[in-house]
Amino acid sequence: MTQAPERYMGGGLPRKEDPNLVTGRANWTDNIKLPGMVHLAMLRSPFARAKVTKLDVSGALERPGVVGAFTGQELADQWPGGVPCGAQVSDQQKTPFFPPLVTDEVRHVGDVVAVVVASDRYTAQDALEAIVVDYDPLPPVVNMEAALAEGAPLVHEDLGTNECFKYTAGVEGMDELFDAPDDTQQEGGGVRGPNVGGQGDTNEALRRADVVIKERYIQQRLLPTAIEPRAVVASPEPGHEGIVMYSSTQIPHLAKIVLSLSTGIPENQIRVVAPDVGGGFGSKLNVYREEIIAVVLAKKLGMPIKYVEDRSENYQATIHGRGQIQDIELAANSDGKILGLRVKLLDDMGAYLQLLTPAIAISGAALFPGVYNFENFAIEIKGVFTNLTPTDAYRGAGRPEACYAIERAMDSLAHELGMDPAEVRRRNFFEPFDEPTANPAGLEYDSFNLQGVLERAIELADYEALRQEQQRRRESGDPVQLGIGFSTYTEICGLGPSQALAGLGIGGAGWEAANVRMLVTGKVEVATGTSPHGQGHETSWSQIAADVLGVTPDDVDVIHGDTDAVPFGRDTYGSRSLAVGGIAVYHAANKVVEKGKKIAAHMLEASEDDIEFEGGRFSVAGSPDQNVTIQDVAGAAYLAASLPEGMEPVLNETSIYDPPNFTFPFGAHICVTEVDTETGKVKLRDYIAVDDCGPVINPTIVDGQLHGGLAQGIAQALYEGVVYDEEGNLVTASMVDYMIPGAPELPNFTLDRTVTPSPSNPLGVKGVGEAGTIGAPPAVINSIVDALSPLGVKHVDMPASPMRVWKAIQNAQGKQSGDRQIDASLGASGADIRQGR
Amino acid sequence: MIPVAFDYEVAESVDHAIELLGQYGDESKLLAGGHSLIPIMRLRLAAPSVLIDLGRLENLRYVRDGGDHLKIGALTRHRDLAFNDMVAEHCGIVGYTAGLLGDPSVQHRGTIGGTLSHGDASGDMPSVITALEGSIVIQGPNGERVVKAADFFQDYMVTDLGEQEVVTEVRVPKLGQNTGWSYKKFARRSQDWAMVGVAAVVERSNGSIGSARIALTAMGATPIRATSVEQALSGASPDAVVEAAQSADEGTSPASDAAASAEFRRHLARVWTQRAVEEALSR
Ligand SMILES: Cc1cc2nc3c(=O)[nH]c(=O)nc-3n(C[C@H](O)[C@H](O)[C@H](O)COP(=O)(O)OP(=O)(O)OC[C@H]3O[C@@H](n4cnc5c(N)ncnc54)[C@H](O)[C@@H]3O)c2cc1C
Repeated sequence: MTQAPERYMGGGLPRKEDPNLVTGRANWTDNIKLPGMVHLAMLRSPFARAKVTKLDVSGALERPGVVGAFTGQELADQWPGGVPCGAQVSDQQKTPFFPPLVTDEVRHVGDVVAVVVASDRYTAQDALEAIVVDYDPLPPVVNMEAALAEGAPLVHEDLGTNECFKYTAGVEGMDELFDAPDDTQQEGGGVRGPNVGGQGDTNEALRRADVVIKERYIQQRLLPTAIEPRAVVASPEPGHEGIVMYSSTQIPHLAKIVLSLSTGIPENQIRVVAPDVGGGFGSKLNVYREEIIAVVLAKKLGMPIKYVEDRSENYQATIHGRGQIQDIELAANSDGKILGLRVKLLDDMGAYLQLLTPAIAISGAALFPGVYNFENFAIEIKGVFTNLTPTDAYRGAGRPEACYAIERAMDSLAHELGMDPAEVRRRNFFEPFDEPTANPAGLEYDSFNLQGVLERAIELADYEALRQEQQRRRESGDPVQLGIGFSTYTEICGLGPSQALAGLGIGGAGWEAANVRMLVTGKVEVATGTSPHGQGHETSWSQIAADVLGVTPDDVDVIHGDTDAVPFGRDTYGSRSLAVGGIAVYHAANKVVEKGKKIAAHMLEASEDDIEFEGGRFSVAGSPDQNVTIQDVAGAAYLAASLPEGMEPVLNETSIYDPPNFTFPFGAHICVTEVDTETGKVKLRDYIAVDDCGPVINPTIVDGQLHGGLAQGIAQALYEGVVYDEEGNLVTASMVDYMIPGAPELPNFTLDRTVTPSPSNPLGVKGVGEAGTIGAPPAVINSIVDALSPLGVKHVDMPASPMRVWKAIQNAQGKQSGDRQIDASLGASGADIRQGR
Repeated sequence: MIPVAFDYEVAESVDHAIELLGQYGDESKLLAGGHSLIPIMRLRLAAPSVLIDLGRLENLRYVRDGGDHLKIGALTRHRDLAFNDMVAEHCGIVGYTAGLLGDPSVQHRGTIGGTLSHGDASGDMPSVITALEGSIVIQGPNGERVVKAADFFQDYMVTDLGEQEVVTEVRVPKLGQNTGWSYKKFARRSQDWAMVGVAAVVERSNGSIGSARIALTAMGATPIRATSVEQALSGASPDAVVEAAQSADEGTSPASDAAASAEFRRHLARVWTQRAVEEALSR
């Protein structure tokens, strides 16, 4: 095969997407205006749990401009499938029916009780006030441990329990930490997916160990907060039975299937379009009740309908991320070598299961061993229903949770042994490898050079000098102490091999499709099944196609986000787009070249074997003057006046690529903090990230992904956290209270990379969308604990607000034993529960 | 995030505004920069049926020399104050604090009259004006009156303003060579409201402290003077600051909320008072 000269790949081509975005010419869903369009507003429950005893929408109908007002009873037959969940992580998983509009009981604040359709948004919103609802409030379940306690109120009475599922791996006989496994539960196992089994004898490892680190960590709930809130326009397609849904979604192709499953509208009568989408971070990897309601009503009323959520609704009704209680035991010898790891998780589902809710924790399960090579591993995960907003994928989805737990525990281990945290890591790292190598959970990592990233980060940080400064500050009793925190991570990208995804409980279909076609004028269209919402696929895919075809990126137009224009696709999430969708583009473009070669041979009257292709030109080996350009070939293929016998016209090739394995980027981060011990305020002084995501197609885009990812990871560590009160009301209900950091809160990032290609795909690429979010939280918390360890502080929960840090110091000083103190205000749901309002 | 429907009137002059207030009564609200009022309307925490816009009263946008004090027009934007030379020279704490309010767009829209009239005890400017012992000029149907800051702020979002009254001017003293100042704002993010704030105006006298005026932000329903610290510092040596600051939270009643417990706010008030007085002494 002809190797394409790498001309554009690897270069920082400016993003093709940006001119429109920065000049306000993007096509957001809310910009769509269709003739006769009406507007939808949702009446949301103010209670976390209540029976609806009376519901009367007639008052709303009397308002001028109101087109309709609907209840769940009225529309129940329109959505036989409810809001579907696409994950089944154990045979016993309890999947409640999730009605787009409730019929008798509300289960979280923001649950939808009724809707109004009106001529404009204001009228619709105001008419909600004319709907009469009587609620009979019931005690809600707002924290996971309480939810599992005997006699707890049930989020779904018909299920008889608040336990959604229990998943175990390697726990057989390991009943000291874990409940005895119930053998009807499905064990992961076989080298199939990220849910591969635990192994070894963790009991024995714990007995043998010189030290056992036993900790509880909390992954607080987070609000994904895409800059563009959710928006949908559903429109009956003129002249057809069918429906078009424009939606600010990450998953037009998945949505088409899910809408069909929910409403019974045949799949081939649904078209989904994702116009420009202003971020998602996983929150738009879902099909929401609002989308289903809009589709159903557009069809019922025969009118285009628009729904745009406001930020308050975005915080109450768009999925939340994380929400996990982690109990972890790490056993090691006095030389720092790990002997075994046991993990027990409670994972907060919220009130209903959205598309992938139960699969999130599972997808991180096999990553708890991190980048360390040891033998004994076991894990148990319970999914728990609460009367809170449903959770689902948020940037990192399962992996940040795992990375945080192991990386925090590694620092505790270093501290316990009086060892340098970098050294403890080195002693447990995998040796560099470039062929798949199993981790302690049996997950096949693709290629690592951990030593490379760690030593480079240490060099960039000037580690020795930092330790000296730290010593000086400690000795002088400076109120501002210096902290140095490490995190060495890996993660799973390139979702994913279809078989492995099936093992994960999410059906399969991890492939991606691309169509590369050359037009008669020599221009190129790439239709991709990925659905970018900020990632810059138009640019990167152009670079890939340009290099393979020997054209320029400007010659290439990338088409995406419309199920009519791109019939097959699996969309964008899980850092899958490049490692799966980009490879499909690469393969399809190569198929074009292969076909072009046959035509060129025909045109040049040479044997196909003698045709060489370079720089967009087919030539005859040995006589370079005899050549045709790929554009000439494309024209000839289109006109089809003279093609090889039996060949179909047109250069138009499709690849549907199913990857053989996931990809595993890795990296080393060092966070330098200054911690004011008098106020608890943490200042990030420096952040060094050395990441390895394999060869880079566009360094500017990769740096952008890292910056954003680091910002969100730092946000989890220091700023963001959902707070509910005991009644299940969202306290952090606006951007005033929910602390998203801005540029002033972030340091200048020092980025560097090493390049360790993945053996799994021909470009060696791995993925980078979530790296920062995964690597950053433990680096930040490790840094704070490092700064405060002379004061006896062993842990600070996230977000490490000034009050938390100050309290950790107070507690440590009051109790010299250094017993771990979980902040009293921390609810076990993983959300902060504020005591009585 | 969608406000209730309302009507909109433009005030052509202060008298016209007063007249409109009389006409519409308590259904109406004055609108200045809108950066406090509009957000609470969007959350439907306020639902005035008429907004009377003062925004075009350019004649209320000024900083003037009043001899021993500065006169600041009520419609002067935070940004104007942050970049005003006369303010920087004579009463730097006002310009400095104006530059800390929210973010640049808040500073370009928000006004000093608005932030004081709103009477939010988490606002920074109310405690600064309180520490300065400034005064507020109010115009109503019966003419003009001047109210001391200490009397103006009465309760949480309650001021001395009558129903038909408009704030027209704010007066702050010129600080002499021997007077240093500091405004210490403790916030998690740069654009956040203060979790706690401390305004300190400290007069030096022969190597010791002459007098200190300290007002606290977000430590109660109104700006609160830290009187026991002020007393302890009066005529004291700078060495007394650490000890004196320990009583900074005396007489305060801070709230407990998602951002901070009352206990933590009290602690911050002590640490921040110490640091504010130390900074004022060095400035
Ligand atoms: C994102 C954001 C961040 C902010 N951060 C801070 C901060 O950190 N610190 C801080 O102190 N403030 C902060 N603010 C508030 C900002 O300072 C406001 O602009 C200011 O508090 C109000 O000024 P305004 O001119 O916008 O008043 P408006 O919102 O127009 O009015 C506020 C109230 O005052 C009344 N009013 C206005 N002018 C007069 C007048 N001349 N006479 C009588 N009544 C009048 C109005 O009727 C209304 O009740 C923030 C605001 C936002 C939106």
